[in-house]
Amino acid sequence: MSPAAGSRRGARALSWAAAAALVALPLLSGKFATYLGVRVALLAIFGTGYNLLLGRTGLLSFGHGGFYAAGAYALGLCSLHLTAHPLPGLALALAAGAAAALVVGFFCIRASEVYFSMLTLAFGMLIFAVVWNAREITGGDDGLVGVMRAPIALGPLRLDIAGERAFYLLAVALLAGSLWLAHRLRRSPFGLTLAGIRENPVRAEFAGVPVRRYRLAAFVISGAYAGLAGGLEVLLESNARPTMAHWTHSAEPILVSLLGGLHSLLGPAVGSLAFVALREVVQRFTENWMLAFGVVLLVIILGFRGGIVGAVEAGLRARRAGRAAP
Amino acid sequence: MILELDRIDTFYGSSHVLQGVSLAVAEGEVVALLGRNGVGKTTTLRSVIGLTAPRAGSVRFQGQELRGLPPDAIARSGIAYVPDDHRIFPTLTAEENLDIARRLSPRRGAFGKAEVLELFPRLGDLLRHRGASLSGGERKMLAIGRALMAGPALLLLDEPSEGLAPLVVAHLTEVLERIRREGITILLADQNLRFCRRVCSRGYILEKGRVEHQGTMEAIWGDPAVVTKYLVV
Repeated sequence: MSPAAGSRRGARALSWAAAAALVALPLLSGKFATYLGVRVALLAIFGTGYNLLLGRTGLLSFGHGGFYAAGAYALGLCSLHLTAHPLPGLALALAAGAAAALVVGFFCIRASEVYFSMLTLAFGMLIFAVVWNAREITGGDDGLVGVMRAPIALGPLRLDIAGERAFYLLAVALLAGSLWLAHRLRRSPFGLTLAGIRENPVRAEFAGVPVRRYRLAAFVISGAYAGLAGGLEVLLESNARPTMAHWTHSAEPILVSLLGGLHSLLGPAVGSLAFVALREVVQRFTENWMLAFGVVLLVIILGFRGGIVGAVEAGLRARRAGRAAP
Repeated sequence: MILELDRIDTFYGSSHVLQGVSLAVAEGEVVALLGRNGVGKTTTLRSVIGLTAPRAGSVRFQGQELRGLPPDAIARSGIAYVPDDHRIFPTLTAEENLDIARRLSPRRGAFGKAEVLELFPRLGDLLRHRGASLSGGERKMLAIGRALMAGPALLLLDEPSEGLAPLVVAHLTEVLERIRREGITILLADQNLRFCRRVCSRGYILEKGRVEHQGTMEAIWGDPAVVTKYLVV
């Protein structure tokens, strides 16, 4: 067997082992660990979609908290006023995130670089202000409360997701689907074109790429991911809060993408795991956990430009090269 | 005429760079834009592709007015541009750089990947290499190959011979002749008069943003007064 084929088999075995461990987590651990697992999955969905924009297209948005909140409130309102069935709620959350991103993106995508980032920040905070002030609809600073986690019923099939374990498995399944879709998008001509735009938008333009349209498409897709994650959080926490739209929440997918690796499919998911784990561990000792996180992030950015995934890949490559050397 | 520029005026900010430039290129021709540094050769090419849109005048390609169209629409209409800094995508592999042009263009011409690799055999060994790791000459080959994959009717080349070794320039001459035989019209800007004489049939000499002289390459080459006045550094 060639070393490359062996390495591929190794990576495949490792992926299966990781998938088995993810599925087995709720059986082997307590409720709190399962809850944290769900939080990691939600943040990973948010980050994976966001990284299609940042890592793949090269656009830094500070407004994705707004799309997350759009999804959260869409599911909350659907659940409280239309149907408590989670599937239409989640579909609506996804659509609300995409629709909000389409409207915001239409205006922001015309600007470039820092102006784009500042415009997204402004729109994100505008959504925050609307959610905060539209008390009649959104519940204002109290948020929407009392959202129930009703069973998923598909014909004769009925899946009760009220328990933490079942909901964890649903979140992991949606994360797997999100990663698969992101993988397909990255490998597609569309994904290749986004990478071209990231590398050199002018060059892409005179190669025939309608750059704004592609950027808007990436923006809307990442908004849909944010909306889905927001909807799932409402099912997890039973409430939607205005802080979901705050810019500090918009920073989370940026941080997990940087931490895990901007140019890797799994980077945001690995970054989410590290982010949640670090927060939980450091919070036991101090409330200023962001200080510790800041130090870790500095080390990663200055020392490992490819994030955790990049550092691991570099280590494996060095090890392989060491083995191949006579 | 496949391309006609009629009295175009192009500005960089308040700087009036092209002042009433007019030229015409017939289908299947290879035409040179000649002149010293800073006379407006690159700006003329950028005005055609829309990267520096003219404020006045007309740019017609296959009878269609291009002025006011964005660069991506101009590119899709059948014009490919290879700038002097090549502008390949550095983190994509050479193969991805080629593929991206093919996938984006609605047009299909004489050059697919196999034909481009036949034209530039060296690229065949570099397909999995990232753009950033290629040498200047290899990037130039990749940029021209990428442009051909888009199936253009008109190829704009900015300083194609610049910085190339004489042997590579000789190869490039053969490559451009092959491209011309496939029916692709070429408008190139270059300072290498010897190279242009071998490749082009006609030339326009620019000076301070204006066309000061035009004629066949043989006539330009054979007129020492013109060469001394406009082309010798």
